[in-house]
Amino acid sequence: MESKVIPMSEAVARFVSDGCSLAIEGFTAFICFAAAHEIIRQGRKDLTLIRMTPDLVYDQMIAAGTAHKLVFSYLGNPGIGSLFAIRRAVEQGIPHPLELEEYTHFGMIGRYLAGASRLPFFPLRSFTGSDLPRVNPRIRTLTDPYGGGEIAVVPPLNPDVAIIHAQRADAQGNTQAWGILGVQKEAAFAARHVIVVVEEIVDPQVIRRDPNRTIIPGMIVDAVVHEPFGAHPSYVQGYYDRDNQQYREWDRLSREHDELQSWLKRWVYGVKDRQEYLSLQPAGTLDSLRPDPALAGAVDYGDYR
Amino acid sequence: MNSYSANEMMIVSAARALADARSVLVGVGLPNIACNLARRTDAPKLVLIYESGVLGAEPARLPLSIGDPTIISGALWTGPMADLFLYILQGGWVDAALLGTAQIDRFGNLNSTVIGPYASPKVRLPGSGGACEIAINAQRTLIITRLSLRTFVAELDFRTTPGHARSDGESAEKGIPGSGPQLVITDKALFHFDSGNGEMVLASLHPGEVLEDIQANIGWPLKIAPKLETTPAPSESELCMIREELDPEGLYR
Repeated sequence: MESKVIPMSEAVARFVSDGCSLAIEGFTAFICFAAAHEIIRQGRKDLTLIRMTPDLVYDQMIAAGTAHKLVFSYLGNPGIGSLFAIRRAVEQGIPHPLELEEYTHFGMIGRYLAGASRLPFFPLRSFTGSDLPRVNPRIRTLTDPYGGGEIAVVPPLNPDVAIIHAQRADAQGNTQAWGILGVQKEAAFAARHVIVVVEEIVDPQVIRRDPNRTIIPGMIVDAVVHEPFGAHPSYVQGYYDRDNQQYREWDRLSREHDELQSWLKRWVYGVKDRQEYLSLQPAGTLDSLRPDPALAGAVDYGDYR
Repeated sequence: MNSYSANEMMIVSAARALADARSVLVGVGLPNIACNLARRTDAPKLVLIYESGVLGAEPARLPLSIGDPTIISGALWTGPMADLFLYILQGGWVDAALLGTAQIDRFGNLNSTVIGPYASPKVRLPGSGGACEIAINAQRTLIITRLSLRTFVAELDFRTTPGHARSDGESAEKGIPGSGPQLVITDKALFHFDSGNGEMVLASLHPGEVLEDIQANIGWPLKIAPKLETTPAPSESELCMIREELDPEGLYR
């Protein structure tokens, strides 16, 4: 079978177009900054950015002017504080106004589940007594046809493109991940196109030896990108820790629009690709993020011939 | 070593409130230290649940966020966030949850969304995250926040997360399986809620605090419990565990 492995620049050029809706998911872990930076470099405009927790990755994309709309459920720098670029866009319209479509975590999960399973809506016990449905009319209430009273519903979410970072995949995009899985699987199945970005490309036999670990089948994947440390400064379980120093540093430098733009100039526009970004990190930084091993015991699937 | 910080008083109060809980949905910062303290003191079997999709966590270091990799290694269970929200939270397995907030009103409604109007906010706050459905589905919630006029307001700018009632005389919302906020833990006092109309009631003053100072930091006429108590100060062993094991760097001192 033909390999789906292509460089990041080609994956972005081929699947991420101006005006499309894009989900770069990953809950604190597996956040594909490599893809975000390439999208900024290629000058994409007018995107609808979708993510439960916009994190630094969308703070950067919004500061770079790639987006007109954000669909989300929690707007913070995890464990640190605010996302100042997004706040500037919302509070002051800098660099331009940003339309918000806001849910709760469960609301976003329900939207992805409905999108992935091609259902018209997803029912959930949330939003009761909250003002959120008042400011987001897409959150509705239905009467349970089986007599259980009222229940909130959210509409399906089907992004044009999902970009999913993981530990490993084969060249066909059969993707294995472990750690905090977030909505990686749901976002992939909900999206029209899927780009998988991995730390390692492995032989299909590695995948087949442990199918319980596979979260995304290659069948639904359009492109596979090999990008070690592609989630830095977020983390990949077992491969590298979150670079908390950079998350703290972002809290400082993102407070001023001009200083943030200088950061983008140096770390995004000023490098040609992820390799160059990594090569410019202070000596020893990346190595210091690698954890000691903590191996899972092997399991026996049995050989049934 | 009888001196302690306001944060330590809050951590210890939250830990004690978890004594009879089977499971707790943990937040970062003070709640995280409180839950880990409870496991080491009154509630050794307490199951730590993180909304990022982890149950039975035994973090080997103080997690910086609820998605920290240290909560995965050594945990009992993990899965997609859908599993956590559908089966664990909505399934009714979360006994207690700790929530922070930017504003709280008399009935325990919380605002973590905006200061000012929603469409043109003065300050854009993080929003719900999981708070809204956690408050609805957990058996009970504990709220941790510092006492101040900015936080304890007569009127919320936005109601992110429901409390006991929208206003006085209105019964609790239908469709809320949990029993809602049961305790508000602040740096100066503890508050319960009236089982009748759901109104916040001053229940206990921390050592050295005076009633006038509490009322001065609350934006409505405060109801006071008939028998106002004094919160026991943190014990030496509680302080020792916080300082030596849970937060040795003093990040939350």
